[in-house]
Amino acid sequence: MKQFVIPAAAALLIAACSSTPSGSDQAGGAPVETRGGPGVATVTGGGVDSRGLPAALTDPKSILSKRSVYFDYDSYEVKAEYKDLVTAHAKFLTDNRQFKMLIQGNTDERGSREYNLALGQKRADAIKKMLALLGAREDQLESVSLGEEKPKNEGHNEAAWAENRRGDMLYSGEF
Amino acid sequence: MSGIESATRRLGRLFAAASLALLQATAHAELTIEITGAGANRIPVAIADFGGDAASSRVVTSVIRGDLERSGLIRIVDTGSLVMTEASPVAYPEWRGRGADALVAGSIGASDDGRQEARFRLYDVNKQNVLAGSAFVTSKAMLRAAGHRIADVIYEKLTGEPGIFSTRVAYVVRSGPARYELHISDADGQNAQIALISKEPIISPSWSPDGSRLAYVSFENKKPVVYVHSLASGKRAVVANFKGSNSAPAWAPDGRKLAVVLSKEGGSQIFLVNADGSGAQRLTSDGAINTEPSFSPDGQYVYFTSDRGGSPQIYRIAVGGGEVQRVSFEGSYNVTPRISPDGNTMAFISRRDGSFRLAVMDLASRQVQILSDSHKDESPTFSPNGRMILIATEMGGRGVLSAVSTDGRIKQRLSITAGDVREPAWGPFGR
Repeated sequence: MKQFVIPAAAALLIAACSSTPSGSDQAGGAPVETRGGPGVATVTGGGVDSRGLPAALTDPKSILSKRSVYFDYDSYEVKAEYKDLVTAHAKFLTDNRQFKMLIQGNTDERGSREYNLALGQKRADAIKKMLALLGAREDQLESVSLGEEKPKNEGHNEAAWAENRRGDMLYSGEF
Repeated sequence: MSGIESATRRLGRLFAAASLALLQATAHAELTIEITGAGANRIPVAIADFGGDAASSRVVTSVIRGDLERSGLIRIVDTGSLVMTEASPVAYPEWRGRGADALVAGSIGASDDGRQEARFRLYDVNKQNVLAGSAFVTSKAMLRAAGHRIADVIYEKLTGEPGIFSTRVAYVVRSGPARYELHISDADGQNAQIALISKEPIISPSWSPDGSRLAYVSFENKKPVVYVHSLASGKRAVVANFKGSNSAPAWAPDGRKLAVVLSKEGGSQIFLVNADGSGAQRLTSDGAINTEPSFSPDGQYVYFTSDRGGSPQIYRIAVGGGEVQRVSFEGSYNVTPRISPDGNTMAFISRRDGSFRLAVMDLASRQVQILSDSHKDESPTFSPNGRMILIATEMGGRGVLSAVSTDGRIKQRLSITAGDVREPAWGPFGR
């Protein structure tokens, strides 16, 4: 068993110079870019939701405050227990045409990242299709997938996986 | 190994001032490579310390020895502290006595233009002749690159296949809950540089065939969007940002088109787009999942993953469209097809007894061989000479990279102390 470890200083040194053997090769540096700059924290004052959402969407007593649909392993079928929830959101979107919704599909960590991205998309699409059938307009809806990349629960057991096999219905200002 | 460290430390002190300016561009965490399996009949090669400046010589000879040893096909014969230049007389019987089949000697000297020149000769000890000899002009800071070039020549002469020591590897490091970095390092894990830092995930890097650009998926806009990133300039272009998800970029071998997966028309469908994102043409029509496109090296077919048959399996379709052929049959989860550079072998991930394992299929006979015994293998990528397959896997709860030869004999593990390593993509040969 052998280990090859080069101190960071050596790597820095190598990166610092750009000449290459035989002078003709382009194996130069890869400049750094930083994306997703610092955000600005929003303070919430008395009673007004920071995102400007009506109380009906945020009141814990309202069914509309619930946003998640959970799925079985490797499945993108919306289970019967979520029918009332999806129906309530479809009605809200029908009554409030100025609102737009982003539906994010998620999966557990098992399997290929890209396949999971497609599986999460199927989940988001299934919720979107149901919302559209119940009256929401196509231009109010966008379904995207986060695959296994943004787990709500970072654990590696069935309980965590079940929490991560999920579609979230988010209104403008929430994503 | 202490030889490498002391020599590079010395060089490090020399250039400490120069290196500070580039601190930002260089990865702090180092990728370490551990050999966990080697070929059965390794060629014994003696590599004497090169003549000329001792510190420079130590860098070059250490790189050559490290590269060749790590290949798994070559065994390094101990040469003690012997210094031999390319002009030194060769005592063939003595080297044969020490069990070497080949001998390398060389020197580091000043070139005509004031830079440094690494010269070497490779001798066949049994036939008592010179197999190869060459010189690489280099700056002091690029001595490691010269070492990789020399190792490539030696490897090719001795094994008959091109060496991959001068190639580069891209991978993603997650170093914190909201810190993702796209790294580019040399094939030996050294000289890592950061191409992109983001608070959101980065997945599926894919090298352009000329090695100048990377396509990848970034979630920096809260949804998957495909970018093409020119490494030398850092310029980025959005290639696919349609309504819905945009993912799984794969370059066509001619570098003019990319296959991408778009959900804009419902479901996940494979499209061909020009490298600037224009002219999207839909390739798949089935309503099921269609993803993970990968071109055959001749550019004629796109291999992909689909659940159209009820479980995820690998299929292929001609780039011009037409009938879809199923490629994988054994088991209920076969994903992420990648075709070897010679077009004969497909690497993929197969679920066996609940574990996700690297598998290879001989495309002519359809014979499948499982190459790993781990549980969470992902993202196979071939070395450009087709000898090795690099994958992401998990060790002790952390993401590491693992390289295995296509015959399963040679195994290496690449890990980073400061985070999870994932999503490897092996770059092409340099020009």
